Amino acid sequence: MKVTTYQVPETDFQFTPENLERAKGYIARYPEGRQASAVIWLLYLAQEQNGGWLSVPAIEYVAGFLNMAPIRVHEVVSFYTMFYTEPRGKHHIQVCRTTTCWVRGSDDIVKSCMQAAGISKLGETSEDGLFTVSEVECLGACCNAPMFQLNEGDYFEDLTPERAAEIVEELRAGKTPKPGSQTGRLSSEPEGGPTTLTEIQADSRGDA
Amino acid sequence: MLQDKDRVFLNLYGQQDWGLEGARKRGVWDNTKDLIALGREKLLELVKESELRGRGGAGFPAGMKWSFMPKENDGRPHYLVVNADESEPGSCKDREIMRNDPHMLLEGCVVAGFAMGANKAYIYIRGEYWEPLQRLEAAIAEARDAGLLGDNACGSDWAFDIEVSRGAGAYICGEETALLESLEGKKGQPRLKPPFPAAVGLYGCPSTVNNVETIAVVPTILRRGTEWWTNLGRPKNTGTKIFSISGNVNKPCNVEEELGIPLKELIEKHAGGVTGGWDNLQAVVPGGSSVPCIPKPTCDSVLMDFDSLREAKSGLGTAAVIVMDKSVDIVRAIGRFSHFYMHESCGQCTPCREGTGWMYRVMQRMAKGQATVDEIDSLLDVTYQVEGHTICALGDAAAWPIQGLIRHFRPEIERRINEYTSNSAVAAE
Amino acid sequence: MPKLTINGREIEVPAGVTVLQACEFAGVEIPRFCYHDRLSIAGNCRMCLVEMEKAPKPIASCAMPAGDGMVIHTDTEKVHKARNGVMEFLLINHPLDCPICDQGGECDLQDQAMAYGYDRSRYEENKRAVPEKYMGPLIKTIMTRCIQCTRCVRFATEVAGVEEIGMVNRGEDAEITTLEQAIDSELSGNLVDICPVGALTSAPYQFAARPWELKKTMSVDVMDAVGSNIRVDSRSGRVMRVLPRLHEDINEEWINDKTRHACDGLARQRLDRPYVRGDDGKLKPARWDEAFTAIQARMKATAPERMAAIAGDLCDAESMMALKDFMTGLGVPNLDCRQDGSRIGTGPRASYIFNTTIAGIEDADAVLVIGSNPRWEAAMINARLRKRFLQTAMPVGVIGEPVDLTFETQYLGAGPDSLAELAEGKNDFAKVLQKAERPLIIMGSAVFARPDGEALLGTIRRFAESVGAVGKDAPEGWNGFSVLQRAASRVGGLDLGFLPQEGGRDLEGILQGCEDGEIDLVWLHGADEIDTKRLGKAFVVYQGHHGDAGAHRADVILPGAAYTEKNATYVNTEGRVQLARLAVFPPGDAREDWTILRALSEIVGKTLPYDNLGEVRQRLIETNPVFAAVDQISTEKWSGFGGRGKPDSAAFTLPIANFYMTDPISRASKTMAECTEAFILPKQDAAATG
Repeated sequence: MKVTTYQVPETDFQFTPENLERAKGYIARYPEGRQASAVIWLLYLAQEQNGGWLSVPAIEYVAGFLNMAPIRVHEVVSFYTMFYTEPRGKHHIQVCRTTTCWVRGSDDIVKSCMQAAGISKLGETSEDGLFTVSEVECLGACCNAPMFQLNEGDYFEDLTPERAAEIVEELRAGKTPKPGSQTGRLSSEPEGGPTTLTEIQADSRGDA
Repeated sequence: MLQDKDRVFLNLYGQQDWGLEGARKRGVWDNTKDLIALGREKLLELVKESELRGRGGAGFPAGMKWSFMPKENDGRPHYLVVNADESEPGSCKDREIMRNDPHMLLEGCVVAGFAMGANKAYIYIRGEYWEPLQRLEAAIAEARDAGLLGDNACGSDWAFDIEVSRGAGAYICGEETALLESLEGKKGQPRLKPPFPAAVGLYGCPSTVNNVETIAVVPTILRRGTEWWTNLGRPKNTGTKIFSISGNVNKPCNVEEELGIPLKELIEKHAGGVTGGWDNLQAVVPGGSSVPCIPKPTCDSVLMDFDSLREAKSGLGTAAVIVMDKSVDIVRAIGRFSHFYMHESCGQCTPCREGTGWMYRVMQRMAKGQATVDEIDSLLDVTYQVEGHTICALGDAAAWPIQGLIRHFRPEIERRINEYTSNSAVAAE
Repeated sequence: MPKLTINGREIEVPAGVTVLQACEFAGVEIPRFCYHDRLSIAGNCRMCLVEMEKAPKPIASCAMPAGDGMVIHTDTEKVHKARNGVMEFLLINHPLDCPICDQGGECDLQDQAMAYGYDRSRYEENKRAVPEKYMGPLIKTIMTRCIQCTRCVRFATEVAGVEEIGMVNRGEDAEITTLEQAIDSELSGNLVDICPVGALTSAPYQFAARPWELKKTMSVDVMDAVGSNIRVDSRSGRVMRVLPRLHEDINEEWINDKTRHACDGLARQRLDRPYVRGDDGKLKPARWDEAFTAIQARMKATAPERMAAIAGDLCDAESMMALKDFMTGLGVPNLDCRQDGSRIGTGPRASYIFNTTIAGIEDADAVLVIGSNPRWEAAMINARLRKRFLQTAMPVGVIGEPVDLTFETQYLGAGPDSLAELAEGKNDFAKVLQKAERPLIIMGSAVFARPDGEALLGTIRRFAESVGAVGKDAPEGWNGFSVLQRAASRVGGLDLGFLPQEGGRDLEGILQGCEDGEIDLVWLHGADEIDTKRLGKAFVVYQGHHGDAGAHRADVILPGAAYTEKNATYVNTEGRVQLARLAVFPPGDAREDWTILRALSEIVGKTLPYDNLGEVRQRLIETNPVFAAVDQISTEKWSGFGGRGKPDSAAFTLPIANFYMTDPISRASKTMAECTEAFILPKQDAAATG
């Protein structure tokens, strides 16, 4: 139901047919009339489709799609750190900077990534457009510190400066570096093997 | 030490199949229908009896929280909302549950949802958790296919479904009402309470927001009996808990242990000890960034549960143990937390919006000694001006680490200030 | 009725109030910034913290419902410390620019800093600077002063219904913004009033005056027929600004942007001396006696039935009374105060007023709007409709041109045929109205300016009765038949009978008469909205305050007073009699209008029988007793008025093409011209090309 009025801008952005279907799927997760709940999902789609950042037309297209006032969607975009309103590198390396990673050497990881990517200032994009390196707040992988996240996807954990630089090089070479622990840990068990659950037969590794 | 037979999370490390088949082998989804058959009242009673306290930080008794939901349905749907926005620095346990044993969470949702009269659960997962998100979605699809979710969930005649909603980078969305705002497609700004979510929550409907771990342990407690659970730990501090041990330890790890385990034992048994040995310990933040740090003498004997840590003027929080040895610049370490809170303040209410930046900037100067000694008290006063005066607990969380630092490390701050002052006096000459 | 204890005193308060309101009942003042009676509760400034026994922390009193048995303390050390702390936080990033801030002297932050602030700053860091934002021609922003209370966001979204302001970013970077768009709302000026600091100030008024220099005159607005209560602030004989004045039953505490910002038009294009058209066809300045002589000569030479008078939209009742008495004294029967050509006004009072009353809108449970855009014709009434809509989501149907009222409406069609369909029950909305307990039917004044106006009046009356909006099927005391007038003078003019007298001509008759050479003299009393080309060769006297259409065509100009320059009576669309008060004197030789007529009448030899304002008002009351009941609403008797004919099929059209320019004052206003450029022209361009 319309309870306010606002100017609806015309935009030249629109979802690809595939994203259109995905968008409808996300909206369907919420009760009827609550389509605004899907705004974060749709902004991710728009960001992905737009090459990693949200242009004003993309934002306002999402607003129109969800019947929201554009200002409300701009508020959302500006509030959450995972939405970007400026273009960034193809590989956005986000190094966790918060205390738990910092005491395990995140500063060195940042330095190493920047050097390997050819960037002199945090937040900058390399000239070849391949890399952006930023510091971000706690990514919730504290038992595998230090670590970084690549774009909105994989975590690279238990890093050393050397390994971080190697990952950058692998990315530059168009390879897909193996995500997760870089020291061979399965997940967050103590290094060298669990001290608990030892009676549990490791009957299947799943695809972890 | 907790024995493996008493552990709840049997695939915490992902040694086994995370999928439905693997989960079933571990006993997940076993007789879920019978648990539901206990009925709403009995379930509430059992959860209360277990003295299960929320695992998301505040430690609020889960059974009591559930009982705030209206007993009768007034036409509005009820919602269970799972807080999977794990963002407390130091805490990384929910991630392991969701990626290594997602079905435990889903089964918990069905049982808890039924107990509060909900037909729908939303799991709000932090945007950065890409891998756990994929696993959760796949697990939900498996559960739907297997009839564990749907119109007749687990054959119980109770319609129940689960949807995942993704965040996009905002610590504050771990605050339950900010989470609800975000879930409704708005900025994650905490709501005023009252009304509480159990009365007016998601979409204005009765809702309960619980942490991932809280929900995931419920079916096991019910299956093994509340007596088993209450025999673990101490009264009001019952059961097991996943501890995230990070920082200056030889082997950082998540580990499920009995509540009330001595901190020293926890670190030495599971995390390979403090780097450089126990005597190299400087301080521990025992419950995630929001709680005050405790110095080594306290660490020597403190027990890891809600009430013991409160007595030690700290808190269990999310049981994220951040260990700092003597090599760590403790003022900078806490200063990083101050930066975190400034960065994560939603900006809605005055003391937090203005105070977090102020505190951070003073902390930054103090780390270099670039301050005066009486500024320490003025900083402390600012923390008290923030604490307790904000809409949500982020203000408190920003204030406490600094209070803890000043309480235990004032001589260190003063030393730096004096050193800086005399150095700059020398330089001026 | 919960009972609580506030500072040791027990008090019983109405159910549903907050602790803050309870404290006010107890006479305890609670400081606040974000809280506003008419907006939703944000609870974000934290200034209103009080102590509640058993609560571990101080509570935000604005957001806490008052409960039975609560024990509240507002005067403890803890509360003082909390307020001092919040005040300190608000000030650390607030600039110390009060000496150059337009809010200075009427600033909540300034006032409360006096009471709760420390006398020095402990903040050693750099202060934050926030870039200015563009919000349109009416609002100047100095965003560094903003304290993020979000009153403006809530006002725009809730009251104005225009979702164009928001707070972007987070933490200390949080900023209020419109994304560099002008706020497209006719209520935007109120944002300046609700901003508790100097972040949003009035652009046209910037650096113009200090509040303590201003003379404050309590008056009423004439830019539409709502009669919004205003305060006219003047200095050295000049109106500096217009602000709203609280009237719960009319405008609450808001006014529209034309009411507020057209006042610069009062100093432009003014008629400040009499003029007489010379033999060369050019208007030349004249003395009063010369002007009067010229008129007297013409009148003497003209038969009464060949003279006529038309009253315009801004005329006060006193001067219309004087003009009517003057004309009828001469035997002139050709009078009309309906310069839009309206066909209604000769019937009972209930046939031409907004019977429901503005406050009564809050009882309506279904609304039908016919041929009107209340947003432009009476913005405060639209705000009240919106308020009711937000409370109850009542259905609102629209017949006429489709309009955006800021909330959901159902479009039912363009003209009288749609109304007929509704009456025959062919449209589902008929059922909505039938089912409604208190349906409200709002008719734009333009509906009755059509040739078939009389027939439409009868048609709509019968329809209103048939759905129980009024008459025997309506609940006791409910009259949902409401004509939305848009001229401030109209109801007063009709009440005192400024209408064709026995055998006289109405507006169309007068204009036709001029064209046909049957009318030789026309007195235009502030009548600028008529087609002056149709005045033919008639001798035109223009009495008024602005050099607008009427004055251009005049042969003699008599300079009158604008609404801020006289003590005068206006009757609003509800039929409520209100008094405007003199704030400044008319410019130059201009005079209060009734005195001009009194003076001329003496020269013409038909002296009007009143010598002072009191006597004119006595005459008004004799003519119609409603004028005695100032600021009161009388329930009008209901009777079977209106024509029986079938209305024409032509679609209804809206009378206002540009909200910002509807009368001589707003047309002379530079500010209104800027608004036209910002808001109206782009839409017209888009419509033309689109």
